[in-house]
Amino acid sequence: MTEVRETKLPGVGVRHEFTTAEGQDLGVIVHHDGRREILAYDDKDPDACATLLNVSEHDTQTLAEILGVSHVSETVGEVRHEIEGLGLEWVELTDNSPAVGQTIADGAYRSETGATIVAVIRNRRPVPSPGPEFTLSAGDVAVAVGSHQGLTLLRALLTQ
Amino acid sequence: MIVAAGSAETALAFIEVGALVLGLGLLARVASRLGVTAVPLYLIAGLAFGEGGFKELDVSEDFVALAAEIGVLLLLFSLGLEYSDVELRHGLKTGIPPGLLDMVLNAGPGVLLGLALGWSPLTAVLLGGVTWISSSGVISKVLADLGRVGFRETPAVLNLLVVEDLAMAIYLPVVAALIVGGTLAETLTSVGIALLVVVVILGIALKFGGQLSDRLSGGSNEELLLAVFGLMLLVAGIAQNFEVSGAIGAFLVGLALSGRTEERTMELISPLRDLFAATFFVFFSFQIDPADLIDVIGWAILLAIVTAATKTVTGWYAARRLGVSANGRMRAGTIMIARGEFSIVIAALGADLADGPQLGALAAGYVLLTAVFGPLATRYAEQLVPKARPVEVQAA
Repeated sequence: MTEVRETKLPGVGVRHEFTTAEGQDLGVIVHHDGRREILAYDDKDPDACATLLNVSEHDTQTLAEILGVSHVSETVGEVRHEIEGLGLEWVELTDNSPAVGQTIADGAYRSETGATIVAVIRNRRPVPSPGPEFTLSAGDVAVAVGSHQGLTLLRALLTQ
Repeated sequence: MIVAAGSAETALAFIEVGALVLGLGLLARVASRLGVTAVPLYLIAGLAFGEGGFKELDVSEDFVALAAEIGVLLLLFSLGLEYSDVELRHGLKTGIPPGLLDMVLNAGPGVLLGLALGWSPLTAVLLGGVTWISSSGVISKVLADLGRVGFRETPAVLNLLVVEDLAMAIYLPVVAALIVGGTLAETLTSVGIALLVVVVILGIALKFGGQLSDRLSGGSNEELLLAVFGLMLLVAGIAQNFEVSGAIGAFLVGLALSGRTEERTMELISPLRDLFAATFFVFFSFQIDPADLIDVIGWAILLAIVTAATKTVTGWYAARRLGVSANGRMRAGTIMIARGEFSIVIAALGADLADGPQLGALAAGYVLLTAVFGPLATRYAEQLVPKARPVEVQAA
């Protein structure tokens, strides 16, 4: 994947930029209020840029879906950004995982480990906030949030 | 005071405050038409209608004075809201070298001029503060207006502002303690207490900020507004009680809030801030005798020219550290020229000192100049870059 450079803009948000295959520098500013600004850098003055598009948080999701990008990792990433001591983990379920065929409620993961499964990625499509009745199957990737200790416990439960 | 409907005094107070705020509203409209910040216009209005001007406030002065103090608190409070503690730590990590250069180059000329004018060292230090701190209000507005938020030099500018604002968190309480004065031992004690209180409040803010934000997060806008506004005044009052500047208490409360609560508070508090801060600027210049301003205007012009140059050097250096080209460095340097709200806040601290009136007048003239010409200079920054590279001669 293309390298995305990230720069903090205090009081504004975060700027991400990358160079496209054609050599054009593109940037996206994620403002604190959720607004996204899409930028194209100037050829002559590579430090200057023009705003191509301003999109609201809601429209960003629509745009991301059209462009075929999973939105889960970023949303969860923001949570991690805000709360210190909170970890995020992706756990892939193999065929012989004890959790396969069981619902999330069956596993009682939250009461066992304190960590919460916030999304499941199945066939590359994210299922956000799966309910307790959600049945896990082989090949699923569980996205969990919790303390580092809780996440270690959860990984053990899901993969043993 | 009982506010009885129909009391002649109340009626007069309404008329005074009403006329004042309506006038400020018109100025804000003019400013947004012209695409400039309204602060210089508020200052001019205060000069025109204040001491020695056309018309003085009569019955409502106490009320306006208190509103002006609240304006300072709200300015610092919303500044604290803008930054998260993560950003502050990051800013501190990368921003110390340019921050130190910023202090030496920009506070230096102010201190030197103060001493040259024969002011007390403390007043000179206040003038140093006036020339040191750029206006984050003006600069963030200009960045947005000129579409420069995404430019590569912008992180350098924003980090400089963060470091300046953090430096204020030390500078304001220390200066406030020095103003109270006393013997050397007493002064050292009060400076020590001031710093201790800042550290304690900062510690509490960082440790319990998350919990506080969670507590406040549910509930209606009304609940949140009242709770936050009350908390800000309370902490500011307690800080002030320890001879620590109340404004810093408000700043730290703003810093403590995070996440969704922070965003909602920002929305709710900004109309209040605009109202009270406008009152503060106009009230500050109410107290300035236009005759004093005329006496010091030459010095204000000189100081503005010198510190415009030193700020440009500071911004140039900070942007160069990011590997930005000459055009970008000049943009970063010139955008930093504008001084504004915090210069006035600092000058207002010295109002009761012996040379306070001259300091106030000089600061007002200085802020008027830099806040108007700074944004203009940065608009044409690229033309200011010395054309030293003949290779660039190419048809556009």
